[in-house]
Amino acid sequence: MESRTFPKSELQTLLDFLWSSGQRVLGPVERDATVVLDEVRRTEELPIGRRDRQGPGTYLLEDGEPNEIFGVVHGPDSLKKLFFPATEPLISLRREGRGFRVTETLPEGQALTVIGVRACDLAGAAVQDRIFLHDHARDSHYAVRRGQVTIVAVACTRSLSTCFCTSMDTGPRARGGHDLELIELDDAFVASAHSDRGAALLAAVDAATAPVATVARAEAAVDRCASAMERRLDTDGLRELLVNAADHPHWDEVAQRCLSCANCTMVCPTCFCHTVEDVADLRGATTERVRAWASCFTPEHGQIHGKNFRPHTRDRYRQWLTHKLSTWIDQFGTSGCVGCGRCITWCPVGIDLTSEVEALRRPAEAAR
Amino acid sequence: MTPYRPELAHVVRRQEEAPGVLTLTCRFADPQVQRSFRFRPGQFNMLYCFGIGEVPISIVSDPETGTDLEHTIRVVGHVTDGLAHLQEGDAIGIRGPYGRGWPLDEARGRDIIIVTGGLGCAPVAGVIQYVIRRRDQYGDLQIVHGVKAPSDLLYRERFERWRNEPRTRVYLTADRGDREWHYHVGVVTTLFDQLEVRPGAVVMMCGPEVMMRYAARRFLEAGLSPDAIHVSLERSMKCGIGLCGHCQLGGFFVCKEGPVFRYDQVQPTLAREAR
Repeated sequence: MESRTFPKSELQTLLDFLWSSGQRVLGPVERDATVVLDEVRRTEELPIGRRDRQGPGTYLLEDGEPNEIFGVVHGPDSLKKLFFPATEPLISLRREGRGFRVTETLPEGQALTVIGVRACDLAGAAVQDRIFLHDHARDSHYAVRRGQVTIVAVACTRSLSTCFCTSMDTGPRARGGHDLELIELDDAFVASAHSDRGAALLAAVDAATAPVATVARAEAAVDRCASAMERRLDTDGLRELLVNAADHPHWDEVAQRCLSCANCTMVCPTCFCHTVEDVADLRGATTERVRAWASCFTPEHGQIHGKNFRPHTRDRYRQWLTHKLSTWIDQFGTSGCVGCGRCITWCPVGIDLTSEVEALRRPAEAAR
Repeated sequence: MTPYRPELAHVVRRQEEAPGVLTLTCRFADPQVQRSFRFRPGQFNMLYCFGIGEVPISIVSDPETGTDLEHTIRVVGHVTDGLAHLQEGDAIGIRGPYGRGWPLDEARGRDIIIVTGGLGCAPVAGVIQYVIRRRDQYGDLQIVHGVKAPSDLLYRERFERWRNEPRTRVYLTADRGDREWHYHVGVVTTLFDQLEVRPGAVVMMCGPEVMMRYAARRFLEAGLSPDAIHVSLERSMKCGIGLCGHCQLGGFFVCKEGPVFRYDQVQPTLAREAR
């Protein structure tokens, strides 16, 4: 596949082309001291010259390289909220005589392009596809939202202290599911199309064949990012390890720190648990069944009448981590973790799953 | 179409079974749906109460009748309370059937032992009907059912009727009796000495997990193979189709791979999670 290159100023041309062809364009936008996914019409709306510093329980935006457009790796938002929104009406029902009429409140399919998508988030969306587009129970709302999205990925040329995509084999280059991939250099982008749509986007900007040296420079930047990544998650034998570590005393140790606040599950690009609740009008004539994100860290999650299967924080953290890294593989043929590190950053007390796994690898006796 | 869409049905009969427990008999509004609805004993439906919510409830009725669906409901929360307030003729939403039912093919030609506690008798009522209807295809049927107090006993007439079927024995017990209780007194396992556990028997259990754990141990001691013991489990469920994540048991979704499991498949996880 041919690599093209275009000057950074041409990104505005790409945005103009997308908006004028009826696309709504989302990208990283600085807001409330973080970066979120929101509409982008002008390049200046992107967090140019800014970088994120992330660590356990820490997220800071600061000035970085003045010309760098995609210097911020990510914020709490992933693609998840676009395909599987935090709340979403599924059906509405209206009383009619001694019955009711059901109307499916399917979202309108909209032409959407997301720019600046990281490889880990593409991997996260691929994991959620296995859940919501499963033959057994294809979720029509997810399918409609997912259907028409164009993805402009940006390969990472810097990693955060919380990143471990190389351990999960999901990055720093996009592994699939994108239309166009950009690598940002000081003065230009190196771009490669991965679909017809991506090729059409590339044709809309003033791009030239990328010289071999430029491509090499771009690839070297990504390689440096990969080799500089310090955090590791040793996945070897992890599936069996966690299932067999149910009695490990380290769960009690984590529970001393964990607030059971559910932040990790909210920012996780793959966590899919949800509930469905009625939102009825005051007269009781109409009602909507609204889906909302749920979390295994809440008491309700394991609750039936007279019994809670996960009454303690220990049980909930164990459920989350064991599911994420082990039983998820039984269910969906893939790990539930893509190595984005958000659960580490957004944990108010900085619990770091990679070091929890290391502790669980130590024999129980040593941990006592 | 969203898998979350309920089908309109109506309550055609409402029967009080015990304090706070009732059986709703439901019929789909669309005769075509009513005719084509097929299920296996042990499967469940998601029952929807307009404006309130949805809960998983097992199907009690005989799968062969092809007519109305019976659901026995205990009032334990706001949705079941809403369902309990439905009157004959009222609308109800139904999605299903979901899950894996009891291993009735595997049990053919073999003795069947059913052990239930409390409301656990509901998910196996369909099995009992099914076996009785095909009495010559199955071996001896032994039904053991325990309740906490005599007032908790449901289906008293059914148990008495089943007792009179050929090669069928019914054992009822209450943890504590009263003056009118003329059955056994004690927890379910205190009746086990009276059971005839022959090699090849299939066990089907539904009730509190601690009861099933003790009962399973007794059957294993009596020489039954671990793969001959089946349990029906209860977990929180919002979807019934393996999407909402609430009912996970290790790598299983109880709604999809269960609610009926071979005991040896879930025993290690149940034991782990109980710790």
